[in-house]
Amino acid sequence: MSDINLQRRNFLKTAAGAAMVSVAPGMLLFDVAHGNPNAVGKVRWGMLIDAESCKPGCNDCVSACNKENGLSGGTAPTDSQWIRKIEIKDVSTGREVSLPMMCQHCEHPPCVDVCPTGASFKRVDGIVLVDKHRCIGCRYCMMACPYKARSFVHEPLSDQNPDVPRGKGTVESCTLCVHRIDQGGQPACAEACTNKAILFGDLNDPNSEISKKIHEVASIQLRADLGLNTGIRFQGL
Amino acid sequence: MKILVSLLLSLCLSVTSWAGESAVPKLDMGKGGQCVKDTQWMRKNHMHMLKHQRDETVRKGIRGENSLKNCIECHASLKDDSVIAREDSFCVGCHRYEAVKIDCFECHSGKRKSAWLQQRNAK
Ligand code: HEC
Ligand code: HEC
Ligand code: HEC
Repeated sequence: MSDINLQRRNFLKTAAGAAMVSVAPGMLLFDVAHGNPNAVGKVRWGMLIDAESCKPGCNDCVSACNKENGLSGGTAPTDSQWIRKIEIKDVSTGREVSLPMMCQHCEHPPCVDVCPTGASFKRVDGIVLVDKHRCIGCRYCMMACPYKARSFVHEPLSDQNPDVPRGKGTVESCTLCVHRIDQGGQPACAEACTNKAILFGDLNDPNSEISKKIHEVASIQLRADLGLNTGIRFQGL
Repeated sequence: MKILVSLLLSLCLSVTSWAGESAVPKLDMGKGGQCVKDTQWMRKNHMHMLKHQRDETVRKGIRGENSLKNCIECHASLKDDSVIAREDSFCVGCHRYEAVKIDCFECHSGKRKSAWLQQRNAK
């Protein structure tokens, strides 16, 4: 996605905003989201993943995610996988690294752009979610995602975690464990990582551990060339 | 004609007497206590409340006492910890009677969360 496109979209947004917000002096057509203090736009949740600490063969983050969110743990194409471990190798140097891959929680998420119903959306605190109440299962978002982060539920489910409703016919992906974050917790994968390779926190708070760390160490976004400004960053790649 | 009228009349009578017997479905109310609003209001408006709450929660992260989980915590049966397991379960009885069909529990657990957690940890 080029800068030109982003600017164009912003222009359209402002133009629409200017036309709609001022219905009458002092009267707003729609109200700006106010709610959970986490979700009023001050916070941007993100992660810093240290590929150097991430151990090849370790699957703790994946197991923790599966348990927390009630995923079967299967890896067939039709099984839901919210986080995967991948091993990559630089063919010229032979260096191998291992890292977890999941939804990158983009600032400009392509999945949101293509969603025909508004089900894919970005919460003001930067978490990219599927509102399953609006999802019609068309799967455009799955095709648009450059990280292959989303799954589709193909079969009826039962005995879901009461905190994590899931059901046939809808798309789903990493929610950053939104149900835990909203209670002041952190994502299950970050908590489970025995190597402390996943640092979760508020990218907008200059005093958070994650902000201090990305200020000091070199970190990158995957496919930064796409200009999506992901909330997940990697060091040691 | 007379026969037809009396036939209709007897039909009506038998229908009303049948309805009279089970006009209010017997529900397993669960734990009891105090509902989030008064009973009459809830009868009429629980669906609006739930749909409002779901957008507030999913879209804005507001998690209040009107959450579906909270309803279930209270209203799940003390026998099987569920709001949907039986014909007289709380979220089933009325809907069956009124021919309302909801899909919420294809995704949402019908179980009391505390009981679900206990079961998971026992595994
Ligand atoms: C396709 C799956 C799906 C279906 C069907 C579904 N939901 Fe949800 N619902 C979700 C997900 C996912 C969440 C987000 C959970 C979270 O973030 O805690 C949610 C959250 C909610 C919430 C806020 C959380 C809570 O416990 O209060 C409410 C209320 C809610 N849904 C109501 C409903 C109602 C009412 C229906 C039926 C008309 C319904 N949902 C059907 C998936 C679904
Ligand atoms: C603290 C426990 C509690 C919670 C939480 C609670 N309720 Fe109730 N609710 C009750 C009780 C007790 C009654 C019956 C009151 C009575 O008999 O007058 C009731 C009555 C009702 C009724 C009317 C039932 C009838 O017999 O006509 C509905 C509908 C209802 N609740 C729905 C809900 C929904 C939906 C929620 C979640 C938003 C909810 N309740 C949360 C305790 C609770
Ligand atoms: C007192 C009887 C009663 C109880 C108990 C009850 N409902 Fe309902 N519910 C109804 C009726 C009647 C309607 C349909 C109203 C209408 O036609 O507009 C309805 C409609 C709904 C709808 C909207 C359906 C639609 O098609 O839009 C939802 C969602 C819903 N109920 C959820 C629940 C849940 C969840 C519970 C359990 C916590 C529950 N109800 C318990 C009587 C009840």
